[in-house]
Amino acid sequence: MTTLRLAFAYLASRPLATILHVLMLALGVATAAFLLLFTSQAEERLARDAKPVDLVVGAKGSPLQLILSSVFHVDMPTGNIGLEESKAISRHPMVASATPVALGDSYRGHRIVGTDASFLGLYDAKVAAGRPFKEEMEVVVGSEVARRHQLAPGAKIVGSHGLAQAGPGHDEDPFEVVGVLAPTGTVIDRLVLTPVESVWHVHEHHGGAQPAPPAAAPTQGGRLEITALLVKYRTPLAAAMLPRLVNSSTSMQAASPAFESARLLDMVGVGVQTLQWFAAVMMASAALSVFVALTSALQERRYDLALLRTLGARPLRLASLSLAEGVTLLVSGVILGLALGHGAAHALGLWLAQSGSWPLAGLAWAPGEAMLVAAVFAGGFATCLVPAVQAYLSDPASLLAKR
Amino acid sequence: MLEIRGLRHQYAGRTVVSVPEWDVPRGEASLVLGPSGSGKSTLLNAIAGLTTPTEGTIRVAGEAMTGVAPASRDALRARRIGLVLQTLHLIGVITVRENLRIAQRLAGLPRDDARIDEVLASLAIGELAGSKARQLSVGEAQRVAIARAVVNRPPLILADEPTSALDDANCGKALTLLLDQAKATGATLIVATHDNRIRERFARRLEL
Repeated sequence: MTTLRLAFAYLASRPLATILHVLMLALGVATAAFLLLFTSQAEERLARDAKPVDLVVGAKGSPLQLILSSVFHVDMPTGNIGLEESKAISRHPMVASATPVALGDSYRGHRIVGTDASFLGLYDAKVAAGRPFKEEMEVVVGSEVARRHQLAPGAKIVGSHGLAQAGPGHDEDPFEVVGVLAPTGTVIDRLVLTPVESVWHVHEHHGGAQPAPPAAAPTQGGRLEITALLVKYRTPLAAAMLPRLVNSSTSMQAASPAFESARLLDMVGVGVQTLQWFAAVMMASAALSVFVALTSALQERRYDLALLRTLGARPLRLASLSLAEGVTLLVSGVILGLALGHGAAHALGLWLAQSGSWPLAGLAWAPGEAMLVAAVFAGGFATCLVPAVQAYLSDPASLLAKR
Repeated sequence: MLEIRGLRHQYAGRTVVSVPEWDVPRGEASLVLGPSGSGKSTLLNAIAGLTTPTEGTIRVAGEAMTGVAPASRDALRARRIGLVLQTLHLIGVITVRENLRIAQRLAGLPRDDARIDEVLASLAIGELAGSKARQLSVGEAQRVAIARAVVNRPPLILADEPTSALDDANCGKALTLLLDQAKATGATLIVATHDNRIRERFARRLEL
């Protein structure tokens, strides 16, 4: 009959209270673990997608919208910019490379990006099957697009206007898949890439008939347009000069993906922080409830403890009995909480994958989770120590005399 | 088996028990008799090492119970003394067998289910081994408490008011069980009580 077995017996003798204490702790841990997974993966994802691009030059409007549409490919573009005007930026001596991006259409929720071969280089993307696009109306598809829609070189796909899956289609202008990219873990996995000329070609037929969302297309005056230019700096000095130059002396705007990502995380962070506080309050309540449970349990079984002393149990054994009870609740709550948090993240990840958004991985560890578990154990252990010390100090003779 | 010399215990400036000298030989059964508040339980607690007396020495089976570290007292109690308490005190959430196993474990003895079965059978409660202690009747619990006190074959058994809560019939049975078990294991039995119904069963008495 070990101390742990006796602790289990005590917990099992009050199943409802035990389950409630464990559940309370588990919900707090689950919420915190879920938020850690979500925020760490979101931050990592944003950082990975934004890293290859130092500056985005696009139409004036919301800089965040420009970044969301042209780098993360989750929003509508702010508008189009002239190809010639953008070329002036490309030729600037502080610019190492400038990759054009022409948006407007999508394939089953995956954005079709008109660009050039340098786009693959930005994300170190390699062609896993087939070859890179060369001609108008040829596409290479990201690994996730190919996997979800079973695409291989030789397949024909038809784009639809906008990002919605049910947008009006371009049935008369099918694309031919000529290559499939290897997975990179970046946004390119979810994109369909084609020469800029393909986008111009498709929208030439439609002209200005479909005003929203903006699509890169020749205007009525025959001026060629793109949606944005993804710029890499040649020198760190460019970070200070180039955005100011673009914003002050052109009709375009320049936005920094790193800055806008940080701003986005700040905005989202307010909500996340609120939820983190909520989780912390839940865990503190749970710790308090465990403390109350242990203290009242100690009161209830003070005669049992006195009895164990009469049988020869050392005070340390009584303290460890109380501690074992609290730690059992703690460990159960943490394990269940982690399982719930990761399970919820995994379920959400599966759902997001179905809808083509970024995959949230539930079966992974967030960097802060070890700290979370350590903090919960430290707090919980400290909570359990008080009743354990009370058990240690209990005087069996006086208790038995009171009986 | 038990040697007490110059024992005095004070509480709040008042002497609650005083035993100048008392020896109980091995295998003897002795009664500590006295009214409520006369210090019977204090004396038993002191013999068991649960209370440190203000003055005096106690030796159990040749080993000092006084003037030694608490850990030594706990170890001596676990190995050498079986206790039957006034209000039974079994651990209700575990089985009868597990209650007896705890006594074995705390005495540092290996798990011995055969001995547990033997003791339970001798007290006619073998079928209760798997029952939770809280499900027992008062009479059954009384027998289990006796079983736990003797399971390790301690040389000294202390019983504090073992019959005060029982009716006449059960009082006689419980006492007989205690005496029989002590005799079977060759243990010294000391019973503290204010219950005059049992005084005639003991030739050796200490009146407080």
